[in-house]
Amino acid sequence: MSESGPQEYPFRSQAPLEPPEQWERLRQECPVAPIRLASGDQALLLTRYEDVRQVLSDPRFTRRLDAEDAARVTANASGGVFGVASGGLAGGGGEAHQQWRRLVGRAFTAKRVLAMRPRVEAMAGRLVADMVERGSPADLVAGLGFPLPVWVICDLLGVPDADRDRFAYWSDTMLSMTRYGQEQIDAAQEEFAGYFRAHIAARRADPGEDLLSELIAIVDAADGRLTETVVLGTGQGLLVAGHETTANMIGKMAAMLLADRSRWERLCADPSLVRPAVEEVLRFDANPGFGMPRYLTEDLQVGGRTLPRGSTVVCSMGAANRDEGAFEHADAMDLGRTPNAHLAFGVGPHSCLGQALARTELQAVLEVLLRDLPTLELAVPPGALARREGLLVGGLRQVPVSW
Amino acid sequence: MDRAPTARKEETIMKVAVDRDRCCGAGQCVLLVPQVFDQGEDDGVVVLLDPSPGGALHAAVAEAASVCPTAAIHLDPHG
Repeated sequence: MSESGPQEYPFRSQAPLEPPEQWERLRQECPVAPIRLASGDQALLLTRYEDVRQVLSDPRFTRRLDAEDAARVTANASGGVFGVASGGLAGGGGEAHQQWRRLVGRAFTAKRVLAMRPRVEAMAGRLVADMVERGSPADLVAGLGFPLPVWVICDLLGVPDADRDRFAYWSDTMLSMTRYGQEQIDAAQEEFAGYFRAHIAARRADPGEDLLSELIAIVDAADGRLTETVVLGTGQGLLVAGHETTANMIGKMAAMLLADRSRWERLCADPSLVRPAVEEVLRFDANPGFGMPRYLTEDLQVGGRTLPRGSTVVCSMGAANRDEGAFEHADAMDLGRTPNAHLAFGVGPHSCLGQALARTELQAVLEVLLRDLPTLELAVPPGALARREGLLVGGLRQVPVSW
Repeated sequence: MDRAPTARKEETIMKVAVDRDRCCGAGQCVLLVPQVFDQGEDDGVVVLLDPSPGGALHAAVAEAASVCPTAAIHLDPHG
């Protein structure tokens, strides 16, 4: 395999809900695989559970993707979300990152997120009711998957309902890998920054109960811990990290559970399976997106091989989540799988800050769908679902459903 | 089974410890076993409520430890 030179990455799989055939082959034969990215740069792809876990947990694998010899992830100059993130505290390492994380993290504690759950359920219920009113069949991605997480983030940031659509567009554009040009990305970032600065000013003058007002209060306490630029970066980070990922996952979750309708029926019969089922669809996701890149500032061992400093590695959490060495019958979906230490949210000190919120959104959506639309089914054969291409986060363009 | 009778099931002890420096505040443990884990209000870092939970909670605590993203929960099943 390695003699045939680096493979083009991301991979494309044949069937929309099946993993690319490379995952299993690379896990077996070439766990540290040379790949060529959309930028033309080369990197090393990790596909085994243990290796991915090790790299994401070890701070010596840095997020310094702005290093001169780091592989550029995207075809455009800014590097999309990784380019943005690597400049801020969120992307850095060590104590500064931990401090930032703990400031923002208090908005995402399990208790706070659980307290948001009734509101999330109400939003999901309203979106489902609107979908039902427009009639069967419908696209679950446009009707439910995409709006819900933006509504939730806007709620978190105190953004008025009327501006939700603009937020959705900015998020989509800032996450672009190849779909939008650099000009569009720059314009979206500028518009977002302009809107958000004004929003920060408005919130400073008239604080609300939202996370943003709380962050501003911390800045204004002038204890030097958090600058205004960081507030802006945090808002942008929450939007791009919290929107597209969850939005796509809602569509993929529905598609996976409906593609084999016995799964859906089992959940209807036993809603206590919702929690483990959400974990299992996160693990089972065959379209998780790009993966997590890391840059090596020193020589390091992975999977029995020494990787030289200056290497960029890409961790495929999706491939790792199908590793038979870590999960029994990894290629079978087991809605009751426990424990399920999947890597969908990453792992280690940079693992997803919003994972409790994401889990809550997914559980709430699934419960609302099972309750309000138990007769839900895919309106097309699973093989006819089309993937969204050219974005860092994987998803399905549409999930046509009927009831 | 072939263990000494001292390890009778109802006497099984589990000692739990948390590493607050490692914790990233993901909150999985709190969602799984709120009787044993909480998070600090001002930083989201794990707070251990019960270092020796009863047998009925052992499976859930073990699950929390295994899914913790930073491996910040340590278990000593023999106390």
